[in-house]
Amino acid sequence: MAKQFGLSNDSVVVVIGSGAGGGTLSNELAQQGIDVVCLEAGPRLEMSDIVNDFNEMFTKLSWLDKRVGSGALDPDLPLWVCKTVGGTTVHWAGAALRFQEHEWKARTTYGDIDGANLLDWPIEAREMERFYSLAEDKMGVTGRHGIPHLPGNNNYQVMELGAKRLGYTQVHTGNMAINSQARDGRPACQQIGFCMMGCAIGAKWSTMYTEIPKAEATGHFELRPESMVLKINHNAAGQVTGVVYADKDGNLHEQKARIVAVAGNSVETPRLLLNSESSQFPDGLANSSGQAGKNYMRHTTGAVYGIMPGPVHLDRGTQMAGIIMDESRHDPKRGFAAGYELETLPGFGLAGVATFMSPGGWGREYAQDLEMYRNTACMWIVGEDLPQEANGVTLHPTEKDQYGLAVPVVHFEDHANDIAMRNHAFKAGRAVYEAVGANKVYERMPFSSTHNLGTCRMSEKPEDGVCDSTGRAHDVPNLYISDGSQFTSGGAENPTLTIVALAIRQAETIAERMRKGES
Amino acid sequence: MTTKGFSRREFLQNSGVAAAGVAAASTGAVIIDPNGAWAMTTTTLDEHQAMTLLKMSRQLFPHDMLGDQYYAKVVEAVDRDAAKDPDLTDTLGKGIADLDGRMGIEFVHLSEGNQLKALHAIEDTDFFATVRVATINNLYGDPLVYRNFGFEGSSVEHGGYIDRGFDDIGWLPKA
Ligand SMILES: Cc1cc2nc3c(=O)[nH]c(=O)nc-3n(C[C@H](O)[C@H](O)[C@H](O)COP(=O)(O)OP(=O)(O)OC[C@H]3O[C@@H](n4cnc5c(N)ncnc54)[C@H](O)[C@@H]3O)c2cc1C
Ligand code: SF4
Repeated sequence: MAKQFGLSNDSVVVVIGSGAGGGTLSNELAQQGIDVVCLEAGPRLEMSDIVNDFNEMFTKLSWLDKRVGSGALDPDLPLWVCKTVGGTTVHWAGAALRFQEHEWKARTTYGDIDGANLLDWPIEAREMERFYSLAEDKMGVTGRHGIPHLPGNNNYQVMELGAKRLGYTQVHTGNMAINSQARDGRPACQQIGFCMMGCAIGAKWSTMYTEIPKAEATGHFELRPESMVLKINHNAAGQVTGVVYADKDGNLHEQKARIVAVAGNSVETPRLLLNSESSQFPDGLANSSGQAGKNYMRHTTGAVYGIMPGPVHLDRGTQMAGIIMDESRHDPKRGFAAGYELETLPGFGLAGVATFMSPGGWGREYAQDLEMYRNTACMWIVGEDLPQEANGVTLHPTEKDQYGLAVPVVHFEDHANDIAMRNHAFKAGRAVYEAVGANKVYERMPFSSTHNLGTCRMSEKPEDGVCDSTGRAHDVPNLYISDGSQFTSGGAENPTLTIVALAIRQAETIAERMRKGES
Repeated sequence: MTTKGFSRREFLQNSGVAAAGVAAASTGAVIIDPNGAWAMTTTTLDEHQAMTLLKMSRQLFPHDMLGDQYYAKVVEAVDRDAAKDPDLTDTLGKGIADLDGRMGIEFVHLSEGNQLKALHAIEDTDFFATVRVATINNLYGDPLVYRNFGFEGSSVEHGGYIDRGFDDIGWLPKA
């Protein structure tokens, strides 16, 4: 039963954020009998709040607190992420891919690239296999553990045929954390087609209706929605002691803790560390390396739209309905390091295509292309971008948000390698649609960032990053980083399966350390 | 739906985050299509302003198969937002005056070619972005329009597309 813990109870683990990282870690700890308080800034929605309406769900779910984007980012909405119980796993599309072996050793594999701040992960690919397997089982990933693949919608079939005509061979309907058959108390996908607005029937894995209620059922877990953590406190010994948070009425509370795990997604996690500076930690909590907030990655993305000779109805069915993986290899002969995936993308309705296909577009020719909405196909590029020290999160010198905290400024510029990769991917995507007779192809630059990584990265040496190979802060023994901020490098794959696998692994480590009497 | 100037904010532009504000002193207009096919009622925009926006929204996204009544709905939506938002009313008023000044003749009386020239000249203004975004949201967000173009809207109440053609592509060759 949902339990309640006292504010002064200093034996609990406090988890900040209930998304992929925080929701999973909470449940994994609670399953082992460890008491957890999860503080989540966003509200708790019911399944009945999920409707098939892009605008309504965007407004209900998104993180709309003020953020400033600079460089290549949208100045008003640099990130597209959620502020709700379940975090961005309510919005996510469900693509659940493993890193390739060489991606764990980015520095070794890609070499010393000018302007890139590359490092190898302090983790071996081999060790991750077990955790990937546990994560896939938890999430019900298709094409793994005997779970059938999903059927491919029209948008996928167009991409598949083009890919095959070009000689690509690794083309399928993906490894998706979407039920292809009823499993784990959740139904099979009905091809509803609004996955990224929240799955109304719960066929898609989201911590909102999997990890969170399961954790509650253990009697070792309390979720406090609409609780925004403002600061992490510590003692003279340099250990964290609790967190200060604002409840929905703006009242401040301090929750004591034995351990604090931060999983607020890659902007809020470093922001919280930076906002928790003190005389002992003048550059921010756990930031003796100066790397907190740096090396921000968001994947090299872009979209390709093809206006096809016949109807596609791209908004019908699973939104991320299939993938071409051939280009995800590392093959410097293509003129760049690392690789990328091509995955189908929906239109988000007629207004969505009008908005996104050609930013700022108007006029007769564009209107005529929009009349071909029915025939439009779309795919997304997702590739590994290189960490750069100048890309990251800083605090605005003057502007404050509704909690009185300095507004985060997020800066990102492409590396030359990112640009070369995107151009290659645009050509590849165009070729796929032209191979099926596309009458016209649009290439568009990245949307607001959905994959946000690397801002408190793992490193072997304390001077190179914020946390160690278990996600524990190098500087603070009872503080953990538990979300995508830990990523040392980004890989070509959508990140969430790796975030979940790392959270399962971290829960094992924390439980073991607690059993041994360590913090 | 909002028409506030979230020009660069692609996602927010559609999100219906309405701006609060005080109702501005209003003029308003009722315009009836000479052929009696449609009527447009505004409370804040005057007749000239409403007709200018009607022509402008059609020039931005011209569809010969759509009658003016669909563009009139865009104008009515902009007018509803303007009624709640004095800043928007101001942007619209000044933007329309600017547009009218570009070619020396009021926009509504220009030839199609000159209307396009005038629009290109103001392409970088907030006013232009506001009207462009409002047209996308209210024209392409109108169920009568999007169904006509082939978007089918909410599907959960129909059981999704599993039995309704998610994979019905017939024209695609097999290899
Ligand atoms: C449209 C879309 C589609 C996507 N599709 C895919 C996909 O197909 N595959 C894939 O792998 N990934 C996908 N992603 C990315 C995926 O959603 C994220 O990688 C993942 O959810 C990140 O997990 P996280 O734990 O780091 O953060 P989140 O899931 O964002 O969770 C962070 C939570 O912390 C809360 N929080 C933040 N700060 C505080 C604070 N100070 N106090 C309290 N709470 C706080 C937030 O409200 C939020 O709920 C997609 C994302 C989007 C937006
Ligand atoms: S297509 Fe499947 S996963 Fe997506 S929303 Fe519909 S039922 Fe859920």
